[in-house]
Amino acid sequence: MKIRIRILSVLAPLIALFTAVLICSAILNFIDRDPVETFRSMFEYGTSGKSIVSIINRSVPLYISAVAVAVGFKMGLFNIGVEGQYLLGALLAAAFGSYFALPPAIHILFILFVASLSSGLWAGIAGYLKVKKGIHEVISTIMLNYIGTGIIAYLLAQVFFEKDENDSLKVPQTNYLPESGQIPPLNNLLGIEDLPNLHGFLIGAIFIGIFYYWLIWKTSLGYDLRATGSNPIAAKFSGADPAKMVILAMLISGAIAGMVGMSGLTGYYHRYTIDFTSGLGFVGIGVALLGRNHPIGMALGAILISFLERSSQILDLKDVPKEIERIMQGIIILFVVIGYEIVRRYVLTSQIKEASKEVLNE
Amino acid sequence: MNKLFSFIKKRYLIIVPILLLIFVAQIERYSELTSSGTFGAALRLSIPICLAGVGAIYSERCGIVNIGLEGMMVIGTWFGAWAGWFYGPWYGVLAGLLGGALFGLIHAVGTITFQVDHIVSGVAINILAAGVARFLSVVAYADVPAGGATQSPRVDERIEKISIPYLSGGKINESDTADVFGSLEALDLFLISDLFGLLGGLTRNISYFSILAVLLVPVSVWILWSTSFGLQLRSVGEYPVGSESVGVNVYLMKYIGVTISGAFAGLAGAYLVIESAGIYREGQTGGRGFIGLAAMIFGNWKPLGTFLGSSLFGYADSLQLRSEESVHGLLIIIVCVLFIVGIRSFIKKNLRTAIVSFIFSGLFLFWFLNSSTIPNEFVFFTPHITTLIVLSFASQRLRMPKFIGKAYKKGELN
Amino acid sequence: MSFALKVINISKSFPGVLANDKINIEIPSGTIHAIVGENGAGKSTLMKIIYGMISPDSGKILVSEKEKKFSSPKDAIKAGIGMVHQHFMLADNLTVLENVILGIENATLRNINKKKFKNEILEISDKYGMPLNPNTTIDELGVGEKQRVEIIKVLYRGAKILILDEPTAVLVPQEVNELFENLNNLKNQGVTIIFISHKLDEVIEIADGISVMRGGKHVGTVDAKTVSKSELAEMMIGKSLPKIPKRTSLPTNEICLEVSSLSGEKLDSKEPFKDINFILSKGEILGIAGVEGNGQRELTESILGIYPLSQGTITVDGINIDNMATRQRRSLGINFIPEDRQTQGLVMDNSLIENAMLGRQNKDMYKTRFKSVNFKNSRKFSNKIIDQYDVRTPNSSTLALALSGGNQQKFVVGRELEDNPSLLVASQPTRGIDIGAQSLIWEELREARDAGLGVLLISADLEELLGLSDRLLVMYEGKIVKELLPEDATPELLGAYMTGLK
Repeated sequence: MKIRIRILSVLAPLIALFTAVLICSAILNFIDRDPVETFRSMFEYGTSGKSIVSIINRSVPLYISAVAVAVGFKMGLFNIGVEGQYLLGALLAAAFGSYFALPPAIHILFILFVASLSSGLWAGIAGYLKVKKGIHEVISTIMLNYIGTGIIAYLLAQVFFEKDENDSLKVPQTNYLPESGQIPPLNNLLGIEDLPNLHGFLIGAIFIGIFYYWLIWKTSLGYDLRATGSNPIAAKFSGADPAKMVILAMLISGAIAGMVGMSGLTGYYHRYTIDFTSGLGFVGIGVALLGRNHPIGMALGAILISFLERSSQILDLKDVPKEIERIMQGIIILFVVIGYEIVRRYVLTSQIKEASKEVLNE
Repeated sequence: MNKLFSFIKKRYLIIVPILLLIFVAQIERYSELTSSGTFGAALRLSIPICLAGVGAIYSERCGIVNIGLEGMMVIGTWFGAWAGWFYGPWYGVLAGLLGGALFGLIHAVGTITFQVDHIVSGVAINILAAGVARFLSVVAYADVPAGGATQSPRVDERIEKISIPYLSGGKINESDTADVFGSLEALDLFLISDLFGLLGGLTRNISYFSILAVLLVPVSVWILWSTSFGLQLRSVGEYPVGSESVGVNVYLMKYIGVTISGAFAGLAGAYLVIESAGIYREGQTGGRGFIGLAAMIFGNWKPLGTFLGSSLFGYADSLQLRSEESVHGLLIIIVCVLFIVGIRSFIKKNLRTAIVSFIFSGLFLFWFLNSSTIPNEFVFFTPHITTLIVLSFASQRLRMPKFIGKAYKKGELN
Repeated sequence: MSFALKVINISKSFPGVLANDKINIEIPSGTIHAIVGENGAGKSTLMKIIYGMISPDSGKILVSEKEKKFSSPKDAIKAGIGMVHQHFMLADNLTVLENVILGIENATLRNINKKKFKNEILEISDKYGMPLNPNTTIDELGVGEKQRVEIIKVLYRGAKILILDEPTAVLVPQEVNELFENLNNLKNQGVTIIFISHKLDEVIEIADGISVMRGGKHVGTVDAKTVSKSELAEMMIGKSLPKIPKRTSLPTNEICLEVSSLSGEKLDSKEPFKDINFILSKGEILGIAGVEGNGQRELTESILGIYPLSQGTITVDGINIDNMATRQRRSLGINFIPEDRQTQGLVMDNSLIENAMLGRQNKDMYKTRFKSVNFKNSRKFSNKIIDQYDVRTPNSSTLALALSGGNQQKFVVGRELEDNPSLLVASQPTRGIDIGAQSLIWEELREARDAGLGVLLISADLEELLGLSDRLLVMYEGKIVKELLPEDATPELLGAYMTGLK
């Protein structure tokens, strides 16, 4: 039975992927492009050595973003504000991290701490608004995204800017992080020196995945969170305080969101600029849906999305609009969501049938 | 006389800020707060929010949460721009409406037939819509010089605008007439100029599209409360089991409601393009779909209230776009309102709220006195923070449809 | 005499229970006819059949001497039967007028002729003496007025036979009088009324004829004016009560639970329970008798800390728990077998292993290093429960929702009994369980009691109540109306107190 569930859970996204390929092939045909050639070149390009490194680098923040969203989902909360949370966290971490130099390991931890704290609190605002004012977190987190963007722009231009050589112009970017605040790439460790840099925060992502698994499935708090998300009434009867659960879930979700920008900050940019990678918060929602909030499922989802994004870049050279992968993303997510729902109901009915067989055996 | 007093007493939190606004607007640098230009822009900016919000009413009143409004609006902007550029502005209107309706239908299929969680489906729709818009841009504007992956060429033709003859300078037989409202506004008289600034702004150079959009508000009131269709739709969101027991086709009503909400959102997107921006630009919806939802909540799921709510956001939007200086003037209004809230809480023995209100009132006063403008980065999110503030205060007297967000299976009667 | 409705040899069974066993009842036209019985007597099944919501296995229904077959409520409505449900089928946010006319017209974009409908409704409300304002919104109405809307809704569709399911359950005395006035008006206008209730004092007041059901059978029909109260109570409860096994231990002198002046916060302007006082000793089972809906559920929830109190104190083991949160109370050892296992007692999406920990995962036995929860111990515990309480399941990893209701109940009972509680509040502990499992659970309860556990038992099953309790309290309309020993409980006495006759 459990095996059947596992198989079906993997089957649903595969079918969704297949459907997306079909529909996109039809669209490609419609605009006079060859679907087979398109997908072939995508696959070829996407599986090259350089691409794999790029894909893993890209997956890291996506995965963390998905985990942040998933923490909310497990509680029945929709944290759409990961975007604003992680950018705010990254900015503050970059700014404060650049002001002093600490011993390397501690400096990194300090940067991570600032990021988590600030983004956690930012998410906590939405939790507070929900508990005290009844504002649905979808609206409040989205509004906070826009407010966050404004605050970030202001801070970057007026507070955390970098003075140029003449000390007159304010450049809207933070100072560079000193070397103690940078995480070196993993290439030397893995013996792949000839490939581009594999960002070191990959290790952080793995830890976060393990932490997520441990927190949600192995701790008493995680149990209460899941119970409240599943059956708030039974959870209340068991003693879980629903208000406390909401606020904790948002704080934790936000704190994890703060880690989303850390891979780029410590491994690549080493500062916060207006070009800092954005959009990860929203794609993370899709990855969480794809991976059904499962620590490994989301990792696979992140890799899939990153693969699509990377492999489609070759299409510019082949005169195919590379944005076809955006549609693929959207279709996959939509169909996966429907597919999981169908699977869930099928599993339910068959479990009920099996258990009732037990009863009749008496 | 007593009736007037009790009316004022109940609504003082609304009346006082308005009075304060008029007072503050007398100051030269804050005069834009009540100018006809500001109000005219406010109307134009509030309409997309209003359309989205009213559309959301059709969906939520039949029990389906529609977070995908933003995505449906995006589709509306895209098709509005494309059809508007290719064929003409009114075709853009139609195309936006149909595109939005299509995505509304997708949401309906997901949530009603497949019973996917409403919010999850909405989020998926937003993702899909963004991808579709991006892709279509690349395909459609590949060989067009002014267009590209993230924007469309300009919609040249605009929809005709009119003004009221004599009152706001409208034309009769091609010749201009007097502009009474404008003249009265220019007199710079206390209260009179402000009032006619409002009236003038709302009646001068209004396009037919705007008129259509605004008319949809009373039309929606009529549809939802005076027809049997509207009654059945509303009953489905309140008590589907009971409705089914008297013969209402619950599934059909839900499908229609959600599709209509998509159409409205698409219309809102088309309006953004055809009336305001003139082109499609990626990201131009800027969260207005969600603000529309907030307007709907503020309006207690009623079209008129939604219109008022969206006017509030449109006004805030208008200020931040046109006159950053004036936004600074809003600070003093915030100071006063917080002060009043502090006094009210104090009277009600709610000491903690009172102290917090007074502290924040003082902080804002400090800010006001020590600055001449608000940084434009902050001004940019005026509508969004207004949304949060308004929702915080509004939650008490609100009443959402009872059976919303839950999956409904036919035959749950037993 | 003409009969509005005749039910002839109606039988209906569900898996495991014969709900209606060859019911024969004749209801004369233009009368108020009551059908009484306890929970589980079969009244609601019979009503569902009459109203077309379920079809009988055998038997027929005659409306005005013509045989009718109903495949859905629409058919019953066409035959002139209207049902006013116990839980109103009204949309709160819509007006009276909108609720009454919903579904009459097809869904079109044509203007509703509100004037016409308003006049038609006012006509009916005047004719039957039930004043109403068609423009008020339902949630502005009081409970009694809402009920009037339901009645008018049904009359508007041409009902000549009205079924009212436990209509006074939610009414305060004032509203009950008004309702009875309305019913008499209706009767005088020729409407036949079927009145389902367990409150014999009211039934005697309003009805012309009374049919009693018990255990799925029709026990008899009597004339309300001439029947004696004790006769009625006996018909409802049965001639003899189950034998009470002798207990071997005695209750201790230590107080387990003390409750004084307990009143629950108002819900819909009615306090569900008022001024409750009792003491439960360790090693004692205190039973609370009473028909469901008289405040027992809210009382038990308040002990757990879920239902808010307006006044009073609760002390457990000498500790005042008034300000304790639910989780804290649980860690004191207060365990709870809830009335509704699926919503209150289990997280259906979780496995049995996880459900074994529900509410108690803070306990030491579940702690390991790194704050992890000890699933091994939980698995051991759930396996113990599965063995001891004969829970039929493939294994302990099965999800709770896959189990049948009875097995779910067994699991919950086992969980609450087996982790050394100091106080057990048990609400309908053997609901939905077959006879064999029921005896098993009763044995376990007795053993726990003998070992010193204090048990507060709420049950609608008289056999269970009398067989297990050392002392009995009777609850009616939110108050304790009588305290007695099971040996002294005769059918008439119990029935009288449970149904408000005394």
